[in-house]
Amino acid sequence: MSEKGMLVLKQLYKTFNPGTVMQKTALDGVTLTLQPGDFVTVIGGNGAGKSTMLNAIAGSFQIDSGSILLSGRDITHLPEHRRAAFLGRVFQDPMMGTAASMNIEENLALAARRGQRRGLHWGITASERSAFREKLSTLDLGLENRLGSKVGLLSGGQRQALTLLMATLKKPELLLLDEHTAALDPKTAEKVLRLTSQLIRENGLTALMVTHNMKDALALGNRTIMMHEGRVILDLNARQKQTMTVEDLLAQFEQASGKQLANDRMLLT
Amino acid sequence: MNITQLLNQLPGAAAQGLIWGIMAIGVYITFRILDTADLTVDGSFATGGAVAAILITSGVHPLLATAIAFLAGLLAGLITGVLHTGMGIPAILAGILTQLALYSINLRIQGLGTDLGSRANVPLSINKYKNMLVSLRNVGSFSIENPIWLMLLITVVLIGIMYWFFGTEYGCGLRAVGSNQQMARAQGISTGRGKIVGLMISNGLVAFSGALMAQYQGFSDVSMGRGAIVIGLAAVIIGEVIFGKLFRNFALKLLAVSLGAIIYYLVIQVVLWLGLNTDDLKLLTALVVALFLAMPYWKSHMAARRMKGGKPVV
Repeated sequence: MSEKGMLVLKQLYKTFNPGTVMQKTALDGVTLTLQPGDFVTVIGGNGAGKSTMLNAIAGSFQIDSGSILLSGRDITHLPEHRRAAFLGRVFQDPMMGTAASMNIEENLALAARRGQRRGLHWGITASERSAFREKLSTLDLGLENRLGSKVGLLSGGQRQALTLLMATLKKPELLLLDEHTAALDPKTAEKVLRLTSQLIRENGLTALMVTHNMKDALALGNRTIMMHEGRVILDLNARQKQTMTVEDLLAQFEQASGKQLANDRMLLT
Repeated sequence: MNITQLLNQLPGAAAQGLIWGIMAIGVYITFRILDTADLTVDGSFATGGAVAAILITSGVHPLLATAIAFLAGLLAGLITGVLHTGMGIPAILAGILTQLALYSINLRIQGLGTDLGSRANVPLSINKYKNMLVSLRNVGSFSIENPIWLMLLITVVLIGIMYWFFGTEYGCGLRAVGSNQQMARAQGISTGRGKIVGLMISNGLVAFSGALMAQYQGFSDVSMGRGAIVIGLAAVIIGEVIFGKLFRNFALKLLAVSLGAIIYYLVIQVVLWLGLNTDDLKLLTALVVALFLAMPYWKSHMAARRMKGGKPVV
């Protein structure tokens, strides 16, 4: 596999709770390269290592071995808050990505300074405020008139849309989406997903999106990977995705893993 | 029960409330903004008093002595912060450890220059050190000497500084750490460093308040900070209960904390006047704080019950 790429994961290994009955190998030699502009959807059963892979990239924990390169930079040992300069992140839990006790504009202002030195200048400027209002109006959620509202008062969908906007406000080298629509109702999920594609397309972002919805996984992005027991077992390019159906995907999974794809959370339609 | 006796006590209570109000603003920073209960304050309050007292008695100008007391408080906060974030000790335990250690340290500070090398009490007579910033001697007068004026000025300036600081990029980052650590890290903010800085500022203010209290009461005592955290919490909670609906702005919230401390001392003065034994004061304070801390829990409990009953929650 090529050394070059926006993101290069080389032989990532991670075992949680080693030496205990809870021992769990979450990443078992994950190797993956993303080219600039790749929008990769990630699918797999429960405990396949999808979220663990994203969290390893984000630096939520240190991996046991392997290396992580972003734009040619080795970020393997960088602490989580230092990697934030390059990464945009949206979590499964809508409460995770925003500060509930702060208002909308303060959250956006924090995100606008992601990874930058924070000094003693005033935390938000007038020109930012109008730019935020403009960006919020594109969400079509009426948030542009609620800049001063506490984020804790927003619905899950509104918070997730806001988190998405925050993650892309300062263009990230890589956008990490960890089942970010899983906790939303179907209608809201669809809206947030549409916004996701739009933001990725408009900003030309490189993105990794974990989803449990096989249909979404095939419909979105230019590449789909399937994970199983801490490894990437299937890698489909844009052309392969076009002809692939959910049934094909299930068959491919059985072939590659030797198992039935048993996952009650997986949406097949 | 003589009402003039009570009225004579009120200015003193207000002055004490203003001084403790600064301490309570320090508590507000950790308890409300950083969302951690920091018990260092019982120790750092006395540290502030000890440092100021020992410096003033050795001829340092009280203004400089008070400033150095503030620095000593920063250091106390730094120690708790490192125990917590650098050594993985739970915040509440880290604070207790620092507080305990400070008891010995405070005895040593107060003992500087004495034969024994440790001392429980340092007298600070206003007759001897005439340029002390505040003193209870003038608290009944209407002159500019009345410590209430200076305390009001200090409180207003302090609230202004805090309002500015927590509105800056850095201050907003600290608030994010207190609100959602995962989000803070995802925005590139070091939560460990943020907590340390927050604990330092908080304890700096607490020690500053202790330095003023030592000058006001005319002595520094190693146990002057006992129960300080509870008084601080009482001020925060009284302020929130009375002014919470009214004061939305951050500066006004801090003002509410200071007012909470004043109200606390006025109420204490009244219950003492009504005949409560001074020895029972801490018990009363603890009960009141426990009651107010329980209120939001009870409220949510009752709301949940109403939900179960199928009745709409208003």
